[in-house]
Amino acid sequence: MQAFSEFFLQNQDMIFLVVLAIFLGTEVIKNVPALLHTPLMSGSNAVSGVVIMGSIIVVGHARPDDTLALVLGFLAVVLGTLNVVGGFAVTGRMLSMFKKRK
Amino acid sequence: MSEFLLELFYIVGCVTFIIGLRKLSSPDSARQGNNIAAAGMTLAILGTILFHKNEAGEGIGNLAWIVGGLVVGSAIGYVMATRVKMTAMPQMVSFFNGTGGATSAIIACMEFFSSDSTDWGFLLVAYLGIVVGTVTFSGSMVAYGKLDDKIKDVSGRLMTYLNWLMLAVILVLMTMGILSPETLGANGGWILLGLSFLYGIFFVMPIGGADMPVVIALLNSLSGIAGAFGGLIYSNRIMLIGGILVGASGLILTALMCKAMNRSLMNVLIGGFGGGSAGSAKASGEQSYREVTLNDAAIMCAYASKVCIVPGYGLAVAQAQHVCHDFEKSLEKKGVEVYYAIHPVAGRMPGHMNVLLAEADVPYPKLVEMDDANPQMPNTDVVIIVGANDVVNPAAEDDPGSPIYGMPVIKVWEAKSVIVMKRSMRPGYAGIENPLFFHERAKMLFGDAKDTLSKLVGELKNL
Repeated sequence: MQAFSEFFLQNQDMIFLVVLAIFLGTEVIKNVPALLHTPLMSGSNAVSGVVIMGSIIVVGHARPDDTLALVLGFLAVVLGTLNVVGGFAVTGRMLSMFKKRK
Repeated sequence: MSEFLLELFYIVGCVTFIIGLRKLSSPDSARQGNNIAAAGMTLAILGTILFHKNEAGEGIGNLAWIVGGLVVGSAIGYVMATRVKMTAMPQMVSFFNGTGGATSAIIACMEFFSSDSTDWGFLLVAYLGIVVGTVTFSGSMVAYGKLDDKIKDVSGRLMTYLNWLMLAVILVLMTMGILSPETLGANGGWILLGLSFLYGIFFVMPIGGADMPVVIALLNSLSGIAGAFGGLIYSNRIMLIGGILVGASGLILTALMCKAMNRSLMNVLIGGFGGGSAGSAKASGEQSYREVTLNDAAIMCAYASKVCIVPGYGLAVAQAQHVCHDFEKSLEKKGVEVYYAIHPVAGRMPGHMNVLLAEADVPYPKLVEMDDANPQMPNTDVVIIVGANDVVNPAAEDDPGSPIYGMPVIKVWEAKSVIVMKRSMRPGYAGIENPLFFHERAKMLFGDAKDTLSKLVGELKNL
């Protein structure tokens, strides 16, 4: 219990963020109509590409002679960018098709 | 100063994500929302490169590697996104989802293997990042292969037990690794990585085509959760918030899809329709169906005042969305009111039918959700079913013996007459009998959906 309460107090900002973000996400997404469920998925998918920040940080602070870290990090950057760019582009393409009237 | 600027960029990024998702609540503002979120993401990436400092106060180095990765990733992502056919959208979404999962898994691995920390908070987050990221990656890639018809369904009781076993071992290993980091050491990380990879494959493998919307939504959620763990590793708020938003949205979608099939998530994941192969005893007796000729079908539609089209996965398979729109337009020229009734799980991913029909230029106010379509059925003259089966099965309403009993369906049999377009009398997914085909108001029109629809358009012209 002690370990847990210490952990909670040390990370309380993060824990608050997580809890609030869960509620915020739920509230925001509840209003999305079934019509747009596919763009919602691919758009939120692009947002999940936010992990690319982590891959930039990993590569950016790797030692220049640590080839393994650089190569793996590079791979992570490529995959993350694929997720972000592909996700937003495909969502944009889909959304441009939804028209009220021609 | 640079830390301040970084956090400033991040908070703007977080706000754009929320605005972007909010604007998705209406088709009119959704595109703008997508652009805003994309701009926010770009800003956050730039901010990270320009202003991020490690504990020693050093900025981001190895710029060639980073910029190179960004350029390569952007080029491939952009080309894939612009070339993909709308019918292949479920595969594409799974694929991008998988790459996001892989990114999370790689960074969690790199942090885990390069650190000798025994802090249980760090270990917990790193292990979870590895497991969830890897499962997202391998699961999404299997989903991609299945949707693209590269991988067949494999299922069986043994697989279910194997999945439970793997999940249990993963949980036990994680607990061990956190409680006594020395015993497992780096090996624990490797074993977890391998097991998660296998688990991702095995948990998606047995899931049937019609259950795909649930799995894709779930994997979508997992990719967000994996990103959030990455955020915890780096105490990076934008990763955390972005990841949680996606995790929450994916979970809501998953719940919606499960509700639309009247099944629990557990039931979908275990695979198959329970002991569904027996199907309904009642429906399997000798029954007769009626066929309708193209000409009669065209006449029925042309002289109706209200026609409803119910699309299903068959429409996507036959690539019939454009000719379907032509058919709808020819009917409207004759003064017939036409609308589409769309079941939440029709197709292979949430909202699949809407995207296909939007691609064919069907104006979206014509795309009516199931709950709004059902009350209109009694005053609809003709319902045309194009490649849908289980979502219009009356057994879901009145046959407690049917495996899909209780699933909400589009009540097409309440309309004055129903035309079912189908390749043959073969039952659909999981071999569930559909009493609709033998219903007194239903008539069958056999053939390929695209072919039949274009012939109907021709018939309508001649009327």
